[in-house]
Amino acid sequence: MTSMIPAGDFRTSYRADTTIFPSRGSRLAMLAGLALLCAAPVVFGRYEMGLLIAIGYSAIAALGLNILVGFTGQISIGHAAFFGFGAFSSALLVEHHVPVPIAIWGAGLMTAAVGLVFGAPAARLKGLYLAIATLAAQFILEDFFAHARWFSGGVAGRVTEPYELFGFRFDREETFFYVVLAHVVVLFVAAANLMRTRDGRALVAVRDHYLSAEMMGINLAYYRTLSFGIASFYAGVAGALYAHYLLFVSVEAFNILYSIQFLAMIIIGGLGSVMGSMMGAAFMVLLPEVVQAGADLLAGGAIDRALRLGASISFLREMAIGAAIILFLIFEPDGLAHRWKMIKAYWKLYPFSH
Amino acid sequence: MDATLLLQLVLNGLIVGALYGVVAMSFVLIYKASQVVNFAQGEFLLVGAWVCWWLLTTWQVPFWAGFLVTLAFMTLFGVLLQVVVLRPLIGEPVISVIMATVGLSIFFQALMKWMFGVFAQPFPPIFETERVRVLGLEVQSVYLASLGVSAFIMLGFWWFFTYSKHGLAMRATAFDQQVAQSLGVSVPRVFAMSWAISAVVSAVAGVVVGVVNGVSSALSFYGIKVFPAVIVGGLDSVVGAVLGGLIVGVLENVAQYVDAEWLNWGNMYQIAPFYALIAILLVKPYGLFGTRNIERV
Repeated sequence: MTSMIPAGDFRTSYRADTTIFPSRGSRLAMLAGLALLCAAPVVFGRYEMGLLIAIGYSAIAALGLNILVGFTGQISIGHAAFFGFGAFSSALLVEHHVPVPIAIWGAGLMTAAVGLVFGAPAARLKGLYLAIATLAAQFILEDFFAHARWFSGGVAGRVTEPYELFGFRFDREETFFYVVLAHVVVLFVAAANLMRTRDGRALVAVRDHYLSAEMMGINLAYYRTLSFGIASFYAGVAGALYAHYLLFVSVEAFNILYSIQFLAMIIIGGLGSVMGSMMGAAFMVLLPEVVQAGADLLAGGAIDRALRLGASISFLREMAIGAAIILFLIFEPDGLAHRWKMIKAYWKLYPFSH
Repeated sequence: MDATLLLQLVLNGLIVGALYGVVAMSFVLIYKASQVVNFAQGEFLLVGAWVCWWLLTTWQVPFWAGFLVTLAFMTLFGVLLQVVVLRPLIGEPVISVIMATVGLSIFFQALMKWMFGVFAQPFPPIFETERVRVLGLEVQSVYLASLGVSAFIMLGFWWFFTYSKHGLAMRATAFDQQVAQSLGVSVPRVFAMSWAISAVVSAVAGVVVGVVNGVSSALSFYGIKVFPAVIVGGLDSVVGAVLGGLIVGVLENVAQYVDAEWLNWGNMYQIAPFYALIAILLVKPYGLFGTRNIERV
């Protein structure tokens, strides 16, 4: 295999067509990118590392949602509730003396089980009916968090322990970053590989034309429920990482706005794109920072005083989220991943792009 | 549980439920005409109520004038949303359209909080509030007035869709867009009109709630309560929406009472309708009056 992609399709085997990295160059680029990320704590301060960690666990949750929405064509407006369920489950497991590294995956499994319960309607429903069912799941789970004291600690929330492996505590941004990075790599490779298997192709077939898929012998109910389970698993692991990063889980965090942010991540990143989930997560985590920076830039000026920018920064952030969703849907419906592909395609044929 | 209390709960439920019914009706209107599931329905109530409140308090406009200006504004608002945001998305997958309305919902919720603050603001007193006795129960006259307004809107809807030319054009479009188009119905105009009517009717409901309970961001929760109502009634049935609204209104009041007395499960007033929603989706996903969707290849 050469390091450059030839201009044209010269693949001769099915294996070559479904490979994750089309060339040695792309594999090397990925490894180099990972190496650069590993060096990030040297360059960045605590605050920036916190942002990178947020991008990491958001990307895991967004990837799960993308498997559900982007690959299987189901809609979920309750992803944050599953994310929260994972956070509380992990804290609960740790309280019962399960080591944190195991508790994180255990939380994923517990969340997957709950996801399968709420995914049961998904076997029959699709499109907007499912959207409404998951909206109900969001409110029911939120209510459950607020009232099940044995599970979530009630209104007081739940305190949990930092990540600890072989006696080393990952309790600072600089160290916990590596924990998140490891989980991101494992789960992203798993998702990319899922799409190369029969199950992954079955999910895509269900999305593209479920009647044809059923005629090809794909069990619709099984695959719809399965994708719900996988999505909940990813959300659970992401939530657990969130819990062991903040060391405190509060009930109010997992509201519908957070669910919508996850949906915004995959729409902005690109539906049905593994790397798009990462780009979308980065976009949504950095968007409030950009809004904040913009407000800081205007601080003290006439505009700031007239519009009360400083005091209403949280509303401005919410507005930015809403506006970003709408603008991307209208002007870039395929998301950042598509734009990235276009840029690559342009340079592939440069200077003969037409 | 004694009969008077039960009757009181049911009556409260019907009063709130009638408003849910009105909002659900305008939700179904948009869904039928343009196949858009509008997650921003609650924001119509919110925007309408805040605009009316702003006219009445800041500009000291008399109620009738402020109300009319609000309605005119909401007509424009509905048309603008349809033309600017929803029209480019015609033909896109369901998820895109849903997400666009979700985006609108967040945007306007935050915008209203930014412009008017997060605290509930009372309307300047418009009607004399007094207690009236109905069937041996004490009811505030505002609540009766709100019930009256709801009934009036429902009658208006019925007239509009049975006798008026525009209403018939909208029903024709909902039935089959191509046939309606070939008979000379302007489909883009029908889409815009359905959004305008829906916005105006929801805004009326918003003003009613605002007059009774004060204006706050809690108004947008009506847009969420619409979903249990329309799922109970069937997504594409106007009658079903009204009935669904009434059922949800009664259900949440009774559920809250039952919970407070015996179960203590939590916030049943808000959550009970969603349990009902999941149950109905599992048993009868097309609701009481909805059209069963038969798919052919």
